[in-house]
Amino acid sequence: MSAPTAPTEDRAPSAPPPGTKESSGRSKRVPLSAIARRRSLTGWTFLIPAAALIVLVNFWPMIQALFLSLQTGRGTRLTWAEPLWLNYQRLFEDETFRLTMSTTFIYLIIQVPIMLCLAMVLANLLNAPWLRFKGFWRTAIFLPCAVGLVSYALVFRQIFATDGLANDLLIRFGLLDANVNWLGQTGTARMVIILGLLWRWTGYNMIFFLAALQNIDRSTLEAARVDGANGFKTFWYVTMPQLKPIILLCAILSTNGTLQMFDESYNLTNGGPGNTTMTVSHYLYNVSFRNSPNFGYAAAISYAILIIVAILAAIQLKVGDKRD
Amino acid sequence: MTKTQLRRIPAYVFLSVAVLLSVFPLYFMAVSATNTSNEVVASKLLPGGHLLENFRTLVDSQPLGSAFYHSSVNAIATTVLALILCSIAGYAFEIYHSRAKDAVMAILLLAIMIPFAATMIPLFRLFAQMGLVNSTFAVIVPLIATPFLILLFRQASRTFPHEIIEAARLDGLGEVSIFARIYLPTMKPTLAAAGVITFLFSWNNFLWPKVILVDNAYQTLPMLLSNMRAGYVTDYGSLMLAVLIVSVPTMVVFLLLQRSFAEGVTGAIK
Repeated sequence: MSAPTAPTEDRAPSAPPPGTKESSGRSKRVPLSAIARRRSLTGWTFLIPAAALIVLVNFWPMIQALFLSLQTGRGTRLTWAEPLWLNYQRLFEDETFRLTMSTTFIYLIIQVPIMLCLAMVLANLLNAPWLRFKGFWRTAIFLPCAVGLVSYALVFRQIFATDGLANDLLIRFGLLDANVNWLGQTGTARMVIILGLLWRWTGYNMIFFLAALQNIDRSTLEAARVDGANGFKTFWYVTMPQLKPIILLCAILSTNGTLQMFDESYNLTNGGPGNTTMTVSHYLYNVSFRNSPNFGYAAAISYAILIIVAILAAIQLKVGDKRD
Repeated sequence: MTKTQLRRIPAYVFLSVAVLLSVFPLYFMAVSATNTSNEVVASKLLPGGHLLENFRTLVDSQPLGSAFYHSSVNAIATTVLALILCSIAGYAFEIYHSRAKDAVMAILLLAIMIPFAATMIPLFRLFAQMGLVNSTFAVIVPLIATPFLILLFRQASRTFPHEIIEAARLDGLGEVSIFARIYLPTMKPTLAAAGVITFLFSWNNFLWPKVILVDNAYQTLPMLLSNMRAGYVTDYGSLMLAVLIVSVPTMVVFLLLQRSFAEGVTGAIK
């Protein structure tokens, strides 16, 4: 009996743990030796606390929410809805749901592409071999990410108040004649939220892009240069394809984050004016915990968010695949 | 100046603008913390001498100490537990690799896609039934095991030389000792990255504590800030000071560990 080789990437195909990436067929099942079995058990013991907790706080509540979304009633007194899909039917007639959902999509469609492009430009500049003071630039641009969402929302609220800094500066530079009530009008209030999101998250995505850029094999870039490609062509045809997985990851995480955005909506604009800057998660919170809570309907809203997140992720994965 | 140097000027200008825009709101926050409410409204951009006065107003009007205590306990407990649970799980997924474990990991990764909104209400009901509303336990439990952290540790384990584990086993070291005494000390950048991510997230987390901590006596710092915003009388100087106080610990943690953080993220992306 040979000692089981450690499961490295290039492990021998005959090594005891039978399920290896290389042997995709299930035909060869070598019986586990006693030691291997004990080690496999040790592995399970090590990972089960975390795995069980993830199931308990993610999957189990998700299934609970599905059952909950089929019930109606106020507070804790819930009964099965009649018909069962009553809450979902209500979603389609709910004006506030439609409004908050479309507001959330406006944030998503405008903010995420701008942020990812900006982050990509910044990451490429920071990765340039000739750039000086790299640490300074990187730290300063990443710094907003160390600030909490509630904190920055309050700072932005202060800056964009009618008697706030933004108006004062714009008037001083002659770009405005009179104070603008930024947070009091739908268009400008949404713009302030988008600016806030860009400020807070661009550096975060930049760090991921920068890490990915630093992992790119230099020789591929050299080869492109030798073949006569200019800077942009090298970036587009050599660098970009190698960054695709990380761009996809950032796009999915940002989409997910925007659809769940709550703190900014609650603290920066408090949903106003007239609920027009409210995100769908903020609305969900209000339905769940304001006035008389309606957990059944709230669960239906949460499932709508879940389904949209899943659909968008699927679309992004599909588009990401096609560009090969 | 040579031609290539000239061509680099726009890049430096662009970066300078980006840095200015990134830092300016933070500068405004810090400066406003030292100015009176009227000076903040008048957009004074120079530091003033009212820091102590603002601090006194803040402490007199808000339970700052209590909120700071609760935020610290929550964030530190979450970070310590998350590092223990997720590092050992990520290690196990890679070192005791098997097809069944791969399948489990794939299922766990799906949890990244579940929006918190979809789990918040059942979680609240669960903890309410257990009588754990307002408890530290309920605040931290949903945050300590995340597929993302497990993935981070699993990826980092990929580059760990397995011969060392074999050698340690031959020397008679137990599996737990190998993990704790040989593997963990080599994982400092990953631990730092995971620690920074978890600490920042927990310290700044707002929605879940707001949902589960019904009694204001247990409120965390972000909740305190939010309540100040909603209050009728607002002293802008002390409000900005409160924001500054909430932001300083996370900025310090980030600045101290940022090198390791970048290394950890790079390791995970490889």
